[in-house]
Amino acid sequence: MSFQVSLGDAAKEAPKTNAVTKIAIKNLNFFYGSFQGLRNISMEIPERQVTAYIGPSGCGKSTLLRTLNRMYSLYPGQRAEGEIIFNGANVLDPKQDLNALRGQIGMVFQKPTPFPMSIYDNIAFGVKLYEKLSKSDMDDRVEWALKKAALWGEVKDKLSQSGLSLSGGQQQRLCIARGIAVKPEVLLLDEPTSALDPISTARIEELISELRDDYTIVIVTHNMQQAARVSQHTAYMYLGELIEFTPTAEIFVKPKDKRTEDYITGRFG
Amino acid sequence: MSTREAPSSIPTQSLATPDNPIYRRRVWVNRFNLAVSIAAMAFGMVFLLWILFTLASKGLAAFGPALFTQMTPPPGSDGGLANAIFGSVMIVGAAIFIATPIGIMAGIYLAEIGRESAIAKVTRFVNDILLSAPSIVIGLFVYALIVARFKQYSGWAGAVALAIIAVPVVVRTTETMLLLVPNSMREAAIALGAPQWRVVTMVTLRAVKGGVITGVLLALARVSGETAPLLFTSLNNQFWSTDMSAPMANLPVVIFQFAMSPYEEWQRLAWAGALLITLVVLALNILARTVFRQKNK
Repeated sequence: MSFQVSLGDAAKEAPKTNAVTKIAIKNLNFFYGSFQGLRNISMEIPERQVTAYIGPSGCGKSTLLRTLNRMYSLYPGQRAEGEIIFNGANVLDPKQDLNALRGQIGMVFQKPTPFPMSIYDNIAFGVKLYEKLSKSDMDDRVEWALKKAALWGEVKDKLSQSGLSLSGGQQQRLCIARGIAVKPEVLLLDEPTSALDPISTARIEELISELRDDYTIVIVTHNMQQAARVSQHTAYMYLGELIEFTPTAEIFVKPKDKRTEDYITGRFG
Repeated sequence: MSTREAPSSIPTQSLATPDNPIYRRRVWVNRFNLAVSIAAMAFGMVFLLWILFTLASKGLAAFGPALFTQMTPPPGSDGGLANAIFGSVMIVGAAIFIATPIGIMAGIYLAEIGRESAIAKVTRFVNDILLSAPSIVIGLFVYALIVARFKQYSGWAGAVALAIIAVPVVVRTTETMLLLVPNSMREAAIALGAPQWRVVTMVTLRAVKGGVITGVLLALARVSGETAPLLFTSLNNQFWSTDMSAPMANLPVVIFQFAMSPYEEWQRLAWAGALLITLVVLALNILARTVFRQKNK
């Protein structure tokens, strides 16, 4: 058997045996109208580690990610059944306060989405939703978030310029900084590098590695190499089902399921 | 080349030569259509330029400082349009002041909140009808609603009539503009935990600010030349009046009255007023287009 995948530092680390579960998904089913997008998914997402979802297009990996912060609730006709336990409460509970949930579970999208305002205000927008900060405290927060997202050096002299004036890779790091600035516990990344060039992709991957000590990160990617490089745990999904969920080192070296093996060896997908 | 011989219908070399009859025919069809299109465009332009030229040549005669400083004169003497210009600014200004918040809020409802709901569909339909309603109908409606009830022609009544004409324009442009905002931007703001009103005011409305302002300017241009609704509502006033609850002079009605009169001085002032309105509308349109273009960069 030969694999074209090289493992990253995250995967090579010895798996943390005492990892705490941050989000527990139990028997999750998801429907787009009458079409079932997810079938009976159960998995435990460990705290302060990177979990990657891989699988062919349409397998439900983005759908699964969008259930975690209830993004699907924006669209009538989409519904989820089952349980997603986060901080002791069921995310899918109709009484769940969605704004508070989304404040704790941040999300970065496939296409960079800077708001039509200055770089500074892009960061401050989210912070102002939860905190009343003095000007100097806000300055500190903006600087902290931009440094954390490895963008500070490039933008520190043009904070008042429009966020739209940045390059695609910078815009995506701005979006990550914006997500971090509200101090969430979990970061959901939905194919964060698929619209970026290889150099910007590498920077975002480095950033993910640096953030994994502080945040629980879940990343959807169509790129297996990326999953191998940045994640500690990988879930392979196919046709709305969770086929295999193991430490990244295991799934790429010794997949348990034949379907996973076919996908990661490139025989299919 | 393959060993098999090609069917005889496949040419051995390119037939795209200048003397190919099929190609020549297409060239002529192209020329003919182009000529017809240019003729049609020229036909429209001729009338537009003719109107502008007539307006300029007749209107400029009465253009001068007096136009802006003196009141509308009695028959047979010289004067200006100061009271009518002021009245028009007040009435149109009040109309836009009323119509802008209503129109923008209704547009936000249609694009961001109601979307495909039954109320939104009905609103959209009614708005489309209002958009093409004859302005004289709206004038009569406001006459019955306000003028007849208070037994008084007034600047306010005129402002309300013009506002009713302006609202659907603002609603339509606001909705259209907001629908241009990519859903990913909306989702990104919601993913931060922002409540809907903040998403709309801080993110989506901001993203299309230029387009919404354009809509307001176009509505302003649209109502500033309306005559029929003002005939039934603001009527006219020969004197300087700042009282919006009394009859008020305004350019369209003054032009209407003066142009129909047998007095030469009045007719000259009517031309000058018509030129003034045209220039203002032209300037508003150019402004609206340049604001929008800047935003699209």
